Amino acid sequence: MTAWLTVLEPGPLTTVQDLGRRGFAHLGVPRSGALDLAAARYANRLVGNPPDAAVLETTLGGVELAVSGATTFAVTGAPASVAVEGRPRPFAEPVRVAAGETLTVGPALSGVRSYLAFAGGVDAPRVLGSRSTDTLSGLGPPRLTAGSRLPLGEPVGTPQGADVPVVLRYPETIRIGVVPGPRLDWFGEDALSHLTSTPYTVTPRSNRVGVRLEGPPLPRRDTAELPSEGLVLGAIQVPASGKPLVFLNDHPTTGGYPVVGVVASEHLARCAQLRPGNQIRFVHA
Amino acid sequence: MRLMRVGVDSLLVEVSDTAEAMRVYDEALRQELDAADVVPAARTVLFAGVPDLARLEKELSTWELGELTAKPPGQGPVVEVPTVYDGPDLEAVARHWDMSAREVIDLHTSREMVVAFCGFAPGFAYCTGLDGLEPVPRLDEPRTRVPTGSVGLADIFTGVYPSPSPGGWQLIGRTDLELWDESREQPATLAPGTRLRFVEVR
Repeated sequence: MTAWLTVLEPGPLTTVQDLGRRGFAHLGVPRSGALDLAAARYANRLVGNPPDAAVLETTLGGVELAVSGATTFAVTGAPASVAVEGRPRPFAEPVRVAAGETLTVGPALSGVRSYLAFAGGVDAPRVLGSRSTDTLSGLGPPRLTAGSRLPLGEPVGTPQGADVPVVLRYPETIRIGVVPGPRLDWFGEDALSHLTSTPYTVTPRSNRVGVRLEGPPLPRRDTAELPSEGLVLGAIQVPASGKPLVFLNDHPTTGGYPVVGVVASEHLARCAQLRPGNQIRFVHA
Repeated sequence: MRLMRVGVDSLLVEVSDTAEAMRVYDEALRQELDAADVVPAARTVLFAGVPDLARLEKELSTWELGELTAKPPGQGPVVEVPTVYDGPDLEAVARHWDMSAREVIDLHTSREMVVAFCGFAPGFAYCTGLDGLEPVPRLDEPRTRVPTGSVGLADIFTGVYPSPSPGGWQLIGRTDLELWDESREQPATLAPGTRLRFVEVR
């Protein structure tokens, strides 16, 4: 019989995420998907899931769930306390939970987003091939609310042990690799050196759409309007304010401000774990 | 045609106008160029998630824009969009174009249009076909909620809201045509390249 999760405490924002929905950007559909993909994949591996199984992504706060049947889960990403029926359990390891028991993941001790994988994956209905919640367009399953129920799929694999170093504390200041362009010529001569020599601070207005930064404005060469053009994950867009914004998975498919550079894909997971107040420095990738 | 790399696996192709961008998009689909996403826009086509950038750049550099733009834009049957022209901004658009509301309706229903690109929301189509007319400015104060099916004008584009959302387009009418259904294989009724015509209903 299929087991399901009942949400007791949803936390500030907990969503269902998988690898996202690509191939629909031409229709205005954001790609969505787990922001810290490495952490989501790792959680899936710990419970024996394929990489495309859907997981839960928390945001700063924790989550509390009851399970209807015995299952195995694992928590990765932002480090947090893990408990079953109030008893501490390890982070980033497969944990057994019996039918009717309650599991609790505490607030992120560092970073922002923790990932909960369950053996068999969260079996929310697929929309355009993906189970991801898209916070921009509203596609996919709704965000978790108290009392909502989520079915789990049939387990297909064997839980794997921990063999990846787990981040226990994210640094307060990090370096983010940037591939310059495509619109570097919309900025002053020294735009790249300005971008890479300026420390930027993450603002609280950051979300799954993007990381909004505070810092000295990046001067534009002119203020002409850029006709809307396609955006990629990790694009660093510079709006009229001159303050850059790094687009994450729920980014709009097109945008009308110039993109000065694109975050190196291997650094996107770092961006997903940036807290308000953290500092970043861009470095030429 | 200007080619700009975006990150390590994407390419932005810039052309001089929307008509050229539509032809580049059409041709990219026809040739089934390899990319996870091909995203047309006002003056660009983005190829995102390209397995072999150098090969794509080489292929695109052989294209003749002049030959492409000689072809008619769009493909497939003409989708009819039954529209009640009673939008709150119809009079304002008429004043902007220095004509009567009746003339706006006659003009809007006389043009065959083509979807140039989608954006803003899933299935929100930017339809071309108002060439030669004075571009329509967006509202100074966007509406906080525009109902599903609202037909609006902005710049030289016609758009139809597939879902309720805030919006700054000048609304001239409304349609009950279903524009978005994610359970369909083709979820957007008005995907890029679709030909359409607005038909007045009362």
